[in-house]
Amino acid sequence: MSHNAAAVGGPILTRTFKVCLGVFAMCILVLAWRFVVGLGPTTGMNDGFPWGIWIAFDVVVGTALACGGFSIAILCYAFNKGKYHALIRPAVLTSALGYTLAGASVIVDLGRYWNVWKIPLLWNWNRNSVLLEVAICIMAYVVVLWIELSPAFIEVWKEQEKYPLLCRAARRVHRWLNRYLIAILALGILLPTMHQSSLGSLMLIMTTKLHKLWHTPLLPVLFLSSAILMGYAAVIFESALADEVFDRPRETKILARLSGIMVAVLFFFLAVRLVDLALRGRLGLVATLDFYSGMFLLEMALFLAPALLLLSRKRRNNPGIELISAILMMLAGSLYRFDTFLVGFRPGPGWSYFPTIPEMTVTIGFVAFEVMLYLFIVKQFPILHTGVSPHRLEAAPKPSG
Amino acid sequence: MSPTRRSVLKGFAAAATLAATGAPNAFAAPRPRKTPPADAVGLLYDATRCIGCQACVVKCKEANGLPPDTGTPRGAMYDAPDDLNAKTKNIIKLYKGEDGRTSFMKAQCMHCVDPACASVCMISALYKGPRGIVVYDPGKCVGCRYCQTACPFNVPKYEWETAFPKIVKCELCRHLLDKGGIPACVAACPREAVIFGGLETLRADAKGRISREPMRYFPKVYGDTDGGGTQVLYLSAAGIPFGKLGLPDLGDEPVPELSESLTHAVYQGFIAPVALYSILGFAVYRSWRRQGLGKGGEE
Ligand code: SF4
Ligand code: SF4
Repeated sequence: MSHNAAAVGGPILTRTFKVCLGVFAMCILVLAWRFVVGLGPTTGMNDGFPWGIWIAFDVVVGTALACGGFSIAILCYAFNKGKYHALIRPAVLTSALGYTLAGASVIVDLGRYWNVWKIPLLWNWNRNSVLLEVAICIMAYVVVLWIELSPAFIEVWKEQEKYPLLCRAARRVHRWLNRYLIAILALGILLPTMHQSSLGSLMLIMTTKLHKLWHTPLLPVLFLSSAILMGYAAVIFESALADEVFDRPRETKILARLSGIMVAVLFFFLAVRLVDLALRGRLGLVATLDFYSGMFLLEMALFLAPALLLLSRKRRNNPGIELISAILMMLAGSLYRFDTFLVGFRPGPGWSYFPTIPEMTVTIGFVAFEVMLYLFIVKQFPILHTGVSPHRLEAAPKPSG
Repeated sequence: MSPTRRSVLKGFAAAATLAATGAPNAFAAPRPRKTPPADAVGLLYDATRCIGCQACVVKCKEANGLPPDTGTPRGAMYDAPDDLNAKTKNIIKLYKGEDGRTSFMKAQCMHCVDPACASVCMISALYKGPRGIVVYDPGKCVGCRYCQTACPFNVPKYEWETAFPKIVKCELCRHLLDKGGIPACVAACPREAVIFGGLETLRADAKGRISREPMRYFPKVYGDTDGGGTQVLYLSAAGIPFGKLGLPDLGDEPVPELSESLTHAVYQGFIAPVALYSILGFAVYRSWRRQGLGKGGEE
C-alpha cells in the first residue's frame, strides 16, 4: 500500500517523549481516582451538562481531527488519485491513534462501563439510536484502521528471522491481507462517512436544548464535511510538523493540490450553513450580537479565512500560508463541533459547565500518549515517505486477482 | 486521464441517484405516530389544587428507598433537594410571577408517549414498559447519559457521587402498581392535586375541569399533544402559561421525530450503506488496478 516509506530510526527516549510520559502518568493517576470516586468529584459535569469535554473534545473534535486517513483514502482510492499515496500511511497512523484514544476516553466517560460488552450484541440493539450507530461504527473503524496500517508492521516483522513465530505469523497475515485489503479499504471510507455524519445526527433530537443557530436537519451534512476538512488540515499540519522535526523535505507540491480541493469544501460548508439559516428564517439570530451570535461569527470567520487564503494557486504553493490555513481550518472545524456539543447546548436556566483540572489532565494526557505512540511507531516502522525509492520497501500486497 | 475522470463522474452520478431516490422515499413515508397502549396509565396534576405541602416528595422518597438530600442551613438538617436529582424523583417547585402571583409545579418523569430517552438509548435500558410506563433497566445501561441530554424535560438523573452509578427517574411506582397499589405521590396528596388513572379518563377529566371552570384554568391541558403527548397531564391556573412552570414548548411533533426519520431514511434496510459500500469497493478495486498497486510499481 505504501511504497517508499521507511522507519525514521533514532533514539526513543527523547526529551519530548519523557515530557509526554510525565503528563501521561498524571493522567493515569487522575483516572484511577475517577474510577474510585465516580464522575461527580472528578469532573465538572452535572445533570444539566452530562456530556463534557471527554465527549465534546476527545470524541467529537478528536475523531474529526483524526479523519486524515479517511480524507486521503477517498482521494487515493475512491477518486483514484494515486499521487497522494505518500500521505496515506502517516494519515492512517494518526487516524488509528486518534480513534483508539477516542474509544478509550469513551470508556472513561461511561458511568457503567462494565456493561459495554452488551452493546455489540445484536439482540440488544435499539435501531432508533443514533449513538448505537456511532458506537458500532467507531468500534469497527478502529479495527479497520489498525488492519490498514498493519502492512507497515508486517514489512518489518516478516524479516525478523530471529523470532520465527512472529515472522511466520506476519507472513500468514500478509497473505490474508492481500486477499481482503480492497474490501477493508472500502470499509475504511464507508465507516467514517457513516459515523462522522451520525455524530452530527446525535444532536438532532435536542430540538429545544440546542441553540437555533446550530440545530438544523443538515447537522449530518455539516458534520461530514467538517470531518473531511479537519482530516485534510490535520494531514497538512502533521506532515509539516514531521518534516520539521525529522528534517525532511517539504511535500508542498502534493499538499498544494489538496488545498485546492479544500477551498471547495470550505465554501460548500459555508454555503450550506448560511443558506440553511436563511431558508429557515434564522439569520436574524446572527444580528442579535449576543454571545451565541459572536461564537457563530467567529466560526464563520475561521472557515472563511483559509478559504480566501487558499483561493490563489500561488499562495497554495507557499508552505507558510498552507500551514496557517491548515491551522485555521482545524480551529474552524473544532470550534464548530465544540459549539454544537457544548456552547450551543442549553439545558435550562441555572445549569453551567466548565471542565475541571482533572478532566483537562485526562484529555491532555491522552494527547501526550498519542504523541508518544506516534514517535515510537514512526521511528520503528516504515510510515513516513522517504522521497527516494528503495526497492526493498516496495512490498505492496496484491489484490485478489 | 480521461477514463479516470469519466469513471469518477460515473461514481458521482451513482451516488447522486442514490441520494435522489433515497431522500423522497423517506419524506413521502413519514415515521408513523406512536399511540399510547390501550391500558396506558398516567397522572393528572392540577396546579390550582396544590398547596405545596411536599407530602408527595417525602412519600416518593420513602416508597422508592431514596436517601434524603440534606442541606444544613444554620446547623439544622433538612431534606432539601433543589431540583430533581439522583436522590429525588419527584419535586414541588414554586413559580412566582412579577405581579406577585404564585403557582406550584410538580416535576417528575412525563412518561412521554414517544419518549426521547427511549429513542436514544443504545440498548434500550430505558423503554416503554407495560401500561406505557417508561422503565429503567440498570442491567443494560452503560451510563452514556444520552438519555439525560435528549430528554426535553431534563428528567433522567445520574448518580454522580459513586463509582457504580445508575440513572434515576420516576417509574410511576411500578413496584406498587404491580401489587395493585397507586403511586406514592398520589396516595400522599391531601388535596387530590395529583391523581392517578387510565390515560383516557385523565384526559377527559382534565378537559372537563377546564370547560366547567374556564375562569379558573389556563385553557390548555399540557401533555395532551405536546411533544407527541405525555402520560402525565398538567392543568395550570388562568393567566399562568405552562412555560412559566418550566414546561418546554415542544409543539405537537414527537421529540424523536426528526432524528428518527432522518436516521431511518439513511439506514432503511441498510440499503444506502450497502450500495455506497459496493460503489466504494468497485472504486477502490479500479484504482488499485490503475495505479498498479498490486504489481509493486507506482504510477
Ligand atoms: S420525560 Fe424524559 S425521561 Fe420521561 S419519558 Fe419523557 S423523555 Fe423519557
Ligand atoms: S445512560 Fe443508560 S439509560 Fe441513559 S441512554 Fe445511556 S445506556 Fe440508556
